[in-house]
Amino acid sequence: MHANPKMTAAGASTAPAPVGNGVVMDCQLQKVFYGDFLAVRDSSLPLEKNKITGFIGPSGCGKSTVLRSLNRMNDLIPAFRFEGKVTYHGQDIYDKKVDPVVVRRYIGMVFQQPNPFAMSIYDNVAFGLRLNGFKGNLDERVEKALQGAACWNEVKDKLKNSGLSLSGGQQQRLCIARAIATEPDVLLMDEPCSALDPIATRRVEELMVELKENYTIALVTHNMQQAMRVADTTAFFGVDISQGSRTGYLVEMGPTKKVFEEPEQQLTREYVRGEFS
Amino acid sequence: MSAPDLAVESNLRALSQQADRRRPSLQRAPLEGRALRSGILTGLTWIAALLAAVPLFSVIYMLFVEGGSRLSWETLTALPPSAFDLGGGFGNAIVGTVVMVGIATLISVPLGILAAVYLAILEPDSRLADTVRFLAKVLTGFPSILAGVFVYAVMVVTMKTYSALAGGVALAVLMLPTVVLAAEQAMAMVPKKMKDAAYGMGCTRTQVILKVVLPTGASGILTGVMLAIAGAAGNSAPLLFTALFSDYYLSSLTEPTASLAILIFNFSGMPYDNQIQLAWAASLVLVLIVLAFNILARLIGRQKY
Repeated sequence: MHANPKMTAAGASTAPAPVGNGVVMDCQLQKVFYGDFLAVRDSSLPLEKNKITGFIGPSGCGKSTVLRSLNRMNDLIPAFRFEGKVTYHGQDIYDKKVDPVVVRRYIGMVFQQPNPFAMSIYDNVAFGLRLNGFKGNLDERVEKALQGAACWNEVKDKLKNSGLSLSGGQQQRLCIARAIATEPDVLLMDEPCSALDPIATRRVEELMVELKENYTIALVTHNMQQAMRVADTTAFFGVDISQGSRTGYLVEMGPTKKVFEEPEQQLTREYVRGEFS
Repeated sequence: MSAPDLAVESNLRALSQQADRRRPSLQRAPLEGRALRSGILTGLTWIAALLAAVPLFSVIYMLFVEGGSRLSWETLTALPPSAFDLGGGFGNAIVGTVVMVGIATLISVPLGILAAVYLAILEPDSRLADTVRFLAKVLTGFPSILAGVFVYAVMVVTMKTYSALAGGVALAVLMLPTVVLAAEQAMAMVPKKMKDAAYGMGCTRTQVILKVVLPTGASGILTGVMLAIAGAAGNSAPLLFTALFSDYYLSSLTEPTASLAILIFNFSGMPYDNQIQLAWAASLVLVLIVLAFNILARLIGRQKY
């Protein structure tokens, strides 16, 4: 799909050696601060095309912070400061010339709490399309997005109802439909199942696996089984308390099977065995 | 039945009697101390609530009794009578009130909503926002006659005439703080997760405000606007110094203009029965207008989604 969005201007040569299908995004984070607080340090994460990269780790390890740095959502927090580089198709999204608003159109996001707008189901999905001045057949695209998010059959007869009237699991799939309606390139999912029951969780997980055919997905999850079930690559984050503060960092990243079965780091082994959390 | 069985049965009965004795009564005991106090206090809150409603209902009752009989097409459309005339009405005062409240709405609503956007979204924690919020709160308790004097100095003196324009501006001064504070509150109540959702899809700040915050807060904003309009329609003091009064229909915005509030003020003090009756009828019309806007505010205030 989006082979080369218009953000891509120059510097494609700085991308690291492609692995598998190629690296869509490469996060080379040095330091992330909230005010004086060093939240995350030294983490390098390539996101491969059409794969799900799972971020796991204990609370406060900075996995959500890293995820939200990937489409500059953290810019909305006044004291946030990012040092390092996040390249998207070779272009640094933290470059001064880059408009964070444009970044977020290509790198969509699904949040921990389902957050539909106080509008009808149809208007929720059509929101992003209308925003971008979409001129084609809106009905068709709304249906396609809802089908893509596996909720068309449940909502097709009540598209005029409020998005807030749906159950939690349906709301979350509606939010996924809303995110994919504009056909972004990358989807960032911040614990998308933590507010859902197991059945709704399973449906969203199946959906993620279907979605990776067309999208590159980064998934923050607290649930290691979920990472094992859906992630192709897993990144494990730890917390460094040696400096008297709590700073997150990437401990290890690799194919999910390897990270869970024969990790290189002792810390990873202890975490995936459930020896600490 | 065999003997051991009987023994068991009597044992069971004894046990259940014991349980009966230990079980506290769950019956209502209205005269027991705690219940009695609770009942008395509940009664007092009822009485207080009724007392609060008495003035409103007695006023509306009096208005219907005294003014209802004079209400007719003639009173709603005719011009005010002169001293010893019979008949007449206050059509020009209704038009004047509507026009001046309209001018005030056109000024205060766009200004107020823009200010509220600044206060609620753009710079909610800045020193300017704190100052504006404080001043708006002060202004809600501002004596309305001072708003009239202020506009008298600014507009009536410079334009050398009383006018509907000056009346509208004076009412706008009184409406503005209500609109600002209500709109700010409505926008601040839009959940952060909805704003996040919009930013996450690549909305600019302007788009987040126009497409998510304003539509989601719209009912709250409109409620505030309706309440401000209702308040302005009934105000007489600011119009005394700005619009004055006129015995004729409005023909230009830059001439003295009649209003219901001033007509009531003028006619109720006159020694003629006809004028006094008209003052009652005009009061009834004014209260009905204010009531209509209040009811409208409640209807709009219901959430759609």
